[in-house]
Parts: sequence; structure tokens; C-alpha cells
Amino acid sequence: MSDLFTYTLRIADSSLILGQRMSMWCSKGPTLEEDIALSNIGLDMFGQANGFYEYAAQLDGTKSADDLAFNRNEREFFNHQLVEQENGHFGITIARNFLHDVFNFLFYTQLSNSKDETLAALAAKSLKEVKYHLRHSSNWLIRLGDGTEKSNTKIQEGLNTMWQFTGELFEMDEIDKQILSAGIGVDNTALKNDWDTLVNNTLQKAKLNRPEDTYMATGGKKGLHTERLGFILAEMQYLQRAYPDAKW
Amino acid sequence: MKEELFQQKIDKEQKIEPKDWMPQDYRKHLIRQISQHAHSEIIGMQPEGNWITRAPSLRAKMILLAKVQDEAGHGLYLYSACETLGISRQELVQQLHDGKAKYSSIFNYPTLSWADMGAVGWLVDGAAIVNQVSLQRTSYGPYARGMVKICKEESFHQRQGYEIMAEMAKGTKEQKEMAQDALNRFWWPSIMMFGPQDSNSPRTGNAMKWKIKRQTNDELRQSFIDKTVGQAEIIGLTIPDSELKWNEKTGHYDFGEMDWDEFWNVVNGNGPCNHQRLVHHQKAHTEGEWVREAAKAYAKKQELVTQ
Repeated sequence: MSDLFTYTLRIADSSLILGQRMSMWCSKGPTLEEDIALSNIGLDMFGQANGFYEYAAQLDGTKSADDLAFNRNEREFFNHQLVEQENGHFGITIARNFLHDVFNFLFYTQLSNSKDETLAALAAKSLKEVKYHLRHSSNWLIRLGDGTEKSNTKIQEGLNTMWQFTGELFEMDEIDKQILSAGIGVDNTALKNDWDTLVNNTLQKAKLNRPEDTYMATGGKKGLHTERLGFILAEMQYLQRAYPDAKW
Repeated sequence: MKEELFQQKIDKEQKIEPKDWMPQDYRKHLIRQISQHAHSEIIGMQPEGNWITRAPSLRAKMILLAKVQDEAGHGLYLYSACETLGISRQELVQQLHDGKAKYSSIFNYPTLSWADMGAVGWLVDGAAIVNQVSLQRTSYGPYARGMVKICKEESFHQRQGYEIMAEMAKGTKEQKEMAQDALNRFWWPSIMMFGPQDSNSPRTGNAMKWKIKRQTNDELRQSFIDKTVGQAEIIGLTIPDSELKWNEKTGHYDFGEMDWDEFWNVVNGNGPCNHQRLVHHQKAHTEGEWVREAAKAYAKKQELVTQ
């Protein structure tokens, strides 16, 4: 497995799993307009995942994008643990997505300058969508934080629940370092300051408190996950696994 | 006098617009029909939504999610069209929750395999299109214009469903069985989507005179059957009706008797998923209440700031 393959796969996995989570909102949104918006974000994530998987498949040369999505186990998925967390109530989803959207925005801004032309192009395309996602989640964060007492409590609960999964976003392992030194990858550590600034500014507007950094989860890059991922994959991969000879 | 002018306008194929005078019964009929149509789009998201997380390829997943999202969009246009008649979306949703407003009974059947995504697109959307194409000429302007937009997307939905069926019908033995099973389960409910036979449809009279409806239930049903039989043959599936036969004399297919007891049972709330569909919608609505409240409270604060 080449480093570039793994690097690309990690991006694809985070997009797919977040897409899967967002698609679970379909027909359950708090308003019809919001139902459409949540599905739209899910669709964007699937589209991004598809693009990165196609590239990973091309680098691999033996597997298709669908093979990569539907025929790997929990330990072979490299998404951020943040995106596999349950939707919970609307405030939990918004908090999770907001924290990830800020990261994605900074990450894709950098990756769009990659020396690897395909990754740069995929990043530039994703960035357009992520800007919209970030606007969506930031606006809701503010609306809920500065809405009613109840909504403030709920969105704060969302932030507190998701906070422990944000440390992982800025980790750099050997593969990241290799890809960075080749001029292809992003220095995740260097994104942290801007991430802090953007997050803090929005939290302030939303009249919310920044949770304290206590325990930070880690492991996504190594294929170590929370208990949630297994259920996502079991559901998502069911038809492919049950009928391995079938084409759909 | 007013009523005569109204009828003349309709007879001349001119559209009735929201500010025009209209008989109370015309308004009432439209509210009932358009809201039923809107609720059908919204409740119809559930049986297909049921398979989004299990769709078997990235492409299938994206297409299905986009399709269900389209249904939400259709619901939105239709609620808006209905609001032009002087009723709010909130009231319409309340009527749905109170069981006063109905939605298409077809969505009270469960989707049990991936092939059902094919059957729903091909047959259910196929039947809906026949009805909606006809409604593009309905006499109420906002409804007619909404239908034009909706028809464009529905024909894409039907092709998507047919593609799934075709793919499965030429697939493995299990896939073919799933496809045939889906057709068996959805055929009769689909042709019953056009409603009771004309001889037993109390509301058809005025609706035809007012050109809300342009073709009768039986005419629409026949046209759907005529165009679907050949599609089933092409992909090698068998329509579960032993009496289905081409009739040279009429130029149409003859078909068997529908089970009207089942139809009325499901309409009256006793279908496999009636309870589940309504509870799902009520639950989402209730769980979203604090979000809607927060958005309102925030908007109000912003208004105060700008004043």
C-alpha cells in the first residue's frame, strides 16, 4: 500500500462516513427546508467520497471505488472518529459537523495547493461545498446558542460530547509526514491555530462555552474506532456482503 | 353570475389564479387534493429513505438520496401552492397528524428488499407521472405550474427505478427473484393508486367540470397499464395478473379485478405501515420543535437589534 493511497483513502473514508450519518437525517429534519439541507450535505459528502475513492482505486490498480467502500472492515477504515459519532438530536449533529467543517475548510484550502494535481483538484471542488457546509453549521450553531435557553443547553451538550474527538484532527503520523514532505499533503498541526480562532469566534457569537481539553480520543488513522463504526458498516455493506456475486 | 364567469373561464382553458374569485367547493376540493398530494410526497420519503443507508453502491446511494430529496422539494412546492388558497403549512401538517388529511395509500406498504427501490421508482413513480402529466393542465394556475416542474423530475425517478429492476432482472438468481417478488407485491397497490373505479368515485363529477381533474381514474389507470406491460416484458418479469391480455378491439389491455376490500382497508388506516408512517412524521415534527422555537427566538432578537 503506497502512502499516497492510504492518505487519499483516509480523506475518502471521513467523507463517506459523514455522508452516511447525514443521510440518516432524511425524512427526520426539524423543518422540511432543513431536511433538504441535511440531505444535500450528505449528497455532497458522498460525492466527495466518490471522487477520493476513484483516485485511490486508480492508485491501487486492482480495486474499484465501490470495493473500497463496501468491502473493508472496521480496522481497515481510517476516518476521523468524530464523523462516526451518532447524530443524536439536531444540536449534536450541528456541533459535530461544525467542528469538522472548520477543519475541512482549512484542510481543503491547503490541499488545493497540493503538488498532486488530482488531489488539488478534488480538494478545490470539495472546498466549494465545504464553505457552504461551514456556513450552514455556523449559522445553526449561533441560532441555537443564542436562541432559547433550551436550545443553548442542547447545543452546548453537543459541543461537550464531540469535543474529545477534535484532537485527532490535527495529528500527524509517519504517512502524513511523508506526504507532507513530498509537497503533496497538509500539515495538520499547523491548522490548529486557525481552527482555534475560527471556532472561538463562532462560539463567542453563539454565546457558548469552549469545552475544556481533557481526554482526547485517537486512533482513526490506525483503523481504531469507537463502537459506532461497526454498526455503520454493517448496515452500509449489508447487500455487498450478503450477495458477493451480484452486480447492482 | 360570478359562478358563471368562473365556469366560462375554465371552459376557455384559462387558469384560475389565487386572487380570482372561486366557489367555496372548488377551493375546498383543491386544498384537499393538493395537500393530499403534498403529504404523499413527504410520507413517500419514508419507504425509500428506508434503503438509503443500505444502497449497494456509491452511485446507487447518491441517486437514491437525491431522489428522496427531490420528493421533499416536491412537497415544498405543493405546500406552497396549497398556501395560496388561504391555509398555512402548519395547519396542513396538523390535519395530517390528526388523520383528517390523507396521503397516497401506496406508501403504507413496506419496502422489503433493494428491488423494492426499483419497483417503487418504476411502478409507483410511473403511476404518479401518468396522473401528474394530466394535472399539468389542471385549472388552478399554481398547481398546474408546480406539476410541470415536478413531472420533469419524476420522469428521471421512473427511469432510475426501471434501471434498478432491469439490472436485477438480468442479475443472479437471487436478484431476479427479488425483482419478481417486488413486482408481485407492488403491482396491485400501484394500479390502485389511481383510486376507485369511475362508477364508484364520488368526487369525480365536479372535479371534471371544474377541470381540476382532466381524466378519470379508469382512463389514467388504463393508460398506465398499457405502457407498463411492455416494459415488464422487455426485462423478462411477469406481471402478477393472469387475466392481463391485449384486446384488439379496444386497443387496450384487459386486466383482472382489483381487491377493493384491501384498498379501502388501507385507505381507512389498516395497512401494513399506516401507523408507522404517521408516527415517524409526528416524531420528527415533535423532536424538531425546540429547533424551530430557537430559530424563531433568534430571528426575533435579530429584528430587535436592527430596529
